[in-house]
Amino acid sequence: MKRSAIAGWGLYPQVEATVERVRFPDDLISVIHQRKPLLPQGNCRSYGDACLFDRVVSCLPLDRLLEFDSERGILKVEAGITLHRITRFILPHGWFLPVTPGTKFPTLAGCLAADVHGKNHHVDGTIGDFVEEMELLLADGSLVNCSPQERPDLFQATLGGMGLTGFIYSATLRLRKVTSAFIQMRSIKTPSLSEACRIFADTRDDYTYSVAWIDCLSRGRQLGRSIVMLGNHAPVEAVEASDALSLPPEGKLSVPFFFPGFALNSWSVKAFNTLYYHRQWRRQVDSLVHFDPFFYPLDAIGHWNRIYGRSGFLQYQFVIPFADGQEIMAEILERIAHRGIASFLAVLKTMGTEHGLLSFPMPGYTLALDIPLRDSGIIPFLQELNQTVLRAGGRNYLAKDAILKREEFEAMYPRLDEFKQIKRQYDPEHLFRSHQSDRLGIS
Amino acid sequence: MTERALILGAKSAIAQAIAQRLAANGSGLVLAARDSAQLEPFAADLRLRRNAQVDLLEFDALDFDSFEPLPERVHQECGPFDLVVLVFGYLGNQQKAAQESAEGQKILHTNFTGAALILGHLANYLEERDRPGGIIGIGSVAGDRGRQSNYVYGAAKGGLSLFLQGLRNRLAGTPVHVMTVKPGFVDTPMTEGLEGLFLVAPPERVADDILRAFGKRRNTLYTPWFWRYIMLIIRCIPEPIFKRLKL
Repeated sequence: MKRSAIAGWGLYPQVEATVERVRFPDDLISVIHQRKPLLPQGNCRSYGDACLFDRVVSCLPLDRLLEFDSERGILKVEAGITLHRITRFILPHGWFLPVTPGTKFPTLAGCLAADVHGKNHHVDGTIGDFVEEMELLLADGSLVNCSPQERPDLFQATLGGMGLTGFIYSATLRLRKVTSAFIQMRSIKTPSLSEACRIFADTRDDYTYSVAWIDCLSRGRQLGRSIVMLGNHAPVEAVEASDALSLPPEGKLSVPFFFPGFALNSWSVKAFNTLYYHRQWRRQVDSLVHFDPFFYPLDAIGHWNRIYGRSGFLQYQFVIPFADGQEIMAEILERIAHRGIASFLAVLKTMGTEHGLLSFPMPGYTLALDIPLRDSGIIPFLQELNQTVLRAGGRNYLAKDAILKREEFEAMYPRLDEFKQIKRQYDPEHLFRSHQSDRLGIS
Repeated sequence: MTERALILGAKSAIAQAIAQRLAANGSGLVLAARDSAQLEPFAADLRLRRNAQVDLLEFDALDFDSFEPLPERVHQECGPFDLVVLVFGYLGNQQKAAQESAEGQKILHTNFTGAALILGHLANYLEERDRPGGIIGIGSVAGDRGRQSNYVYGAAKGGLSLFLQGLRNRLAGTPVHVMTVKPGFVDTPMTEGLEGLFLVAPPERVADDILRAFGKRRNTLYTPWFWRYIMLIIRCIPEPIFKRLKL
């Protein structure tokens, strides 16, 4: 088999791998019967090495719609389908994804494997909370159903299980009813971190979606200055459009080449961040926006990951409990600002309940930011931050991780042993592996 | 406009890209393939997304005895059809075919004997219906000149091209149009993993080309277009020189 270079969305690390495509359910079975370790792969929208292995089996061709109940909003699909394609199909019928991450290009299988959350985690939970059933191809070559009722252990372990329990062939989702494609958005300019956190607390019952964009480079009194964005699905009456359920146009801009490394430095990012913060004059602005720019602002620019240059970047995301959360968040932000690490995007939000065995969320604050890999000191610096996160009782997000150490991971995920036990039961030979799972000692 | 198309070899990537486009234009589909149950997800998708009428048909290109009643069976079970797209093929392994009869037989019988025989019966059906329709047969650039790297496959595909040419001649006075398609390298499972392939075209682009050319009643289509010129050059090389080339 031909080997090619593959990488996650952060373009770090890059590895050589054979990439096999499966087009039919039977192909999956023959792939399994070779008894060689493999990783099911989606659209490589996780950032680090969670989607990488020597042998990956791409589920992208398995992207078909299987069943749709337009009355009840129940959709069964092959799990290699992207969220984008799901939305294009369901929205004209008045339905929307129950949970969506900040990009529409991952596959559903990838989203389930990472048990992704969205801007509504504090009220609705993760994507896993909306799964009725999954069909899994197991290491023994059998195609089985799992659901909260049927094989609940396998169901639990697969949501957030990073593709290590089996190949997610299909999934049945409960959708969200909407009457328009628009979001009623309120954006509030806040001078500090504590103010942003206070708004989150005050508005949690009024808004389905909430997130704050934080300027990571401002320090001292301006530390954590941010714009909080709150949103609800707009009812059809609020939309003055001939077609309230219209889809966005398909065309888009793209970053056609890699930016040279010097294009992004702390000065240019500082300028961008200052501009972005002051773009909004009034303290509070209400507007009606289409769902696409609301949920997926960066998807409008294809290959935006190239702006950080060829050496790639890490997306660093952690969650820490509410107790002392604000102080620790401030400390971490201060250290990031002190280090002068350029980041376009730093996103803060609150999270609700805890989920499956290896799922990321826990009640608390989560912060996500891009960190270009420009010098060799960055990884050690982030590993120091990992220690702070760990001491605070928090954890890092596996879908974005490329640098976590095994001991840190074990301490961050207390239900790991349960997961390993279920994995041993369904995959005793460790057929399903990734570079990440090898690094973290899961497989 | 096509009312219903019968696609033979519907599991191939080109066939599926063609099926998508036909369904988007409101055509019904009969998807024929071996182990056709595997096509159930694909059919479900076409029904949901395109609101298309899709039937699956078990079809084995080496089961010659099943061919004669096939057109009438499809007509009875799925409804009348006006377009036939023959996509199935078997690339096989040239070295193996040079040693073992079984492999050579499979290549020749799939790509030529099976293809020609089924097309013969389907042509009779379409001619008898006497309504606007057509046959699209997928040959190969490999059929334009015999080369050491794949002459068994090439001979079979070349034979199919001749057969289609004859059909086209026979049906010229009828509303049934016959088009021969010669794809170059297409990014499909057939070419996956082969080293050193260049100029590989995505199946979607090939499908667009095919349907556009059929709409214009073209007789022979090279796709992507530049293969016409590549093959023109290859056909023009004098045999004394060509026989020494390692192609």
